[in-house]
Amino acid sequence: MIAKSERTGFAAGAALLALAAFLPAIDTGYWLSLGVTIVMYTVLATSWALFSGPTRYISLATAAFFGVGMYVVGGGIGLLPYPVLILVAAVAGAILSALIGLSTLRLSGVYFVIFTLGLTELVRELVAWGQTTLGSSSGLYVLTDVTEKMIYWILLGLAAFVFLIGWWIRRSRIGFALRIIGDDEVVAAHSGIDTARAKIVLFVVSGTIASVTGAILAPRWTYVEPIIAFSPMISFQVVIMALLGGVHRLWGPLVGVIPFALVWDVISAQFPNQTTLLLGVAFLLIVYAIPNGFVGLIEQALARVRAGR
Amino acid sequence: MDIIVTGLLLGGTYALIAVGLQLQYGVARIMNLANGEVLVAGAFGAFWLYTGSALTPYLSIFVTAPLAFALNWAIYRYLMLPLVRRAKSHGQLEVDSILSTFGLSFVFVGIMVAVFGGEYFSYSYLARAVQFMGEPYGFNRMVAFAVSAALCAVLYLWLNRSRAGLSIRAVAVNPAAASLVAINVPAVSTFAFALGGAITAAGGASLSTFLTFDASVGVIFTMKALIIVIMGGVAEVRGSILAAFILGLAETAVATWIDPGLTLAAAYLLFMLILLFRPQGLFGRRT
Repeated sequence: MIAKSERTGFAAGAALLALAAFLPAIDTGYWLSLGVTIVMYTVLATSWALFSGPTRYISLATAAFFGVGMYVVGGGIGLLPYPVLILVAAVAGAILSALIGLSTLRLSGVYFVIFTLGLTELVRELVAWGQTTLGSSSGLYVLTDVTEKMIYWILLGLAAFVFLIGWWIRRSRIGFALRIIGDDEVVAAHSGIDTARAKIVLFVVSGTIASVTGAILAPRWTYVEPIIAFSPMISFQVVIMALLGGVHRLWGPLVGVIPFALVWDVISAQFPNQTTLLLGVAFLLIVYAIPNGFVGLIEQALARVRAGR
Repeated sequence: MDIIVTGLLLGGTYALIAVGLQLQYGVARIMNLANGEVLVAGAFGAFWLYTGSALTPYLSIFVTAPLAFALNWAIYRYLMLPLVRRAKSHGQLEVDSILSTFGLSFVFVGIMVAVFGGEYFSYSYLARAVQFMGEPYGFNRMVAFAVSAALCAVLYLWLNRSRAGLSIRAVAVNPAAASLVAINVPAVSTFAFALGGAITAAGGASLSTFLTFDASVGVIFTMKALIIVIMGGVAEVRGSILAAFILGLAETAVATWIDPGLTLAAAYLLFMLILLFRPQGLFGRRT
């Protein structure tokens, strides 16, 4: 059974996807590059919200998975073909996120946030240390014939896949269980939900997707360094964009990613030294001005229109 | 032996920083992720007054600590209390306060980069070797340890002997019960939060006498303070002090034996082990 509103959603999604797929035909320079950024953050923010939206666990580990994916491609590009490496990255991301999920089960709230942030730093330090001790350079060259156009299309496919997964999870038992966990974890446990399992499954889904995204994007940077691959800025921006859009709807993060990426592109070109300050302002704005994101604002406006009628 | 003494000296300053965060998290129950930036501001204050007006770094505490007190008072009063009032549940408050203090920390880093630039800063103060048990140690590190230890001791006595200290401890144990015995919980929380900020700034001044710092290094110290507080058990000052020494020792040992680039990794590893095996802290009781 598919409800009418869902059918409209599917149609809108498919139309949007088809429209987006034509972007490389219009421009292959600046706009395509901005398009890749937007689709990348759409994938990351939407998959982040799959886990963090219902559970309200703020994960800052996105960059860790992203970087691992990137390093899988960077390290193996001479040995295996690119599509195989993306699969390897998916497996690596799944294993890493399962390990983290298993060990962070008991943590909640602020401990989880700090743990995930620390984890990214830990992985980065270890990779950087391993590279300088074992190898000679501090980075890896990723030389392929994969063009930005191909990256863009692959990412679009991944985005469609993420939305399908999100839609399916919402309808499934596990999505329902997760919403109850988000409302009250004690109640969820008492009504027979295996809260640990539900959280791990979703965390693995989200981590795997982040890792695949990193793998897909590796050829975009021809030279991969720990400071680029594991940049904590990626995690922070993903959190900001998802929350800016709103995490209680599947399409919420998308509504946040597009305006943020466009504005951010202008801002970081105009004030390259003030990005940290502005990122902080964005965080504060989200907390104090738009706690429910753009989706919350849109829904409020809709409710007002309906009430006025 | 060398490692033990250096580690303990470092741990002394860490203890002071951790106690600052503990006052904020344990009493006011706000995890202030902008804590490290206050520390860096204290370090910049010491640097600026020392190089500009030749003021002894430790005297700069009398300038920076009251400023940090006022700043943190304002943060709690005008940014955190509205969130406390708005929050429908504890989880909601936690998410909101994490995001807003993260935002604040970015804003502070941005301001400090704009004012002081992105370079590394250090200055030379009491940088001479002193013989101790047959080995040379930096005199600046020893003074930093002594000052931190003295501040910790004063704070500890004040918390345990005075009436104001008693009400702070009461709020730390149970805010709801504290308000029943006529303690103004919001006022005490605000005061503890501000005091924690002032202590952190003092820790920053002390660190700046022997460490190189830059505008964006704050987050590392936030993490270290957090690691110590969680390792020691949130409600226990003595636990934090011991945990600070453990962290100081572990970092020094890793830096000496393996690689100085891995000190942070060592700290995180310690943190993860604690979270996994004793999430209530070394001295905390299971709830």
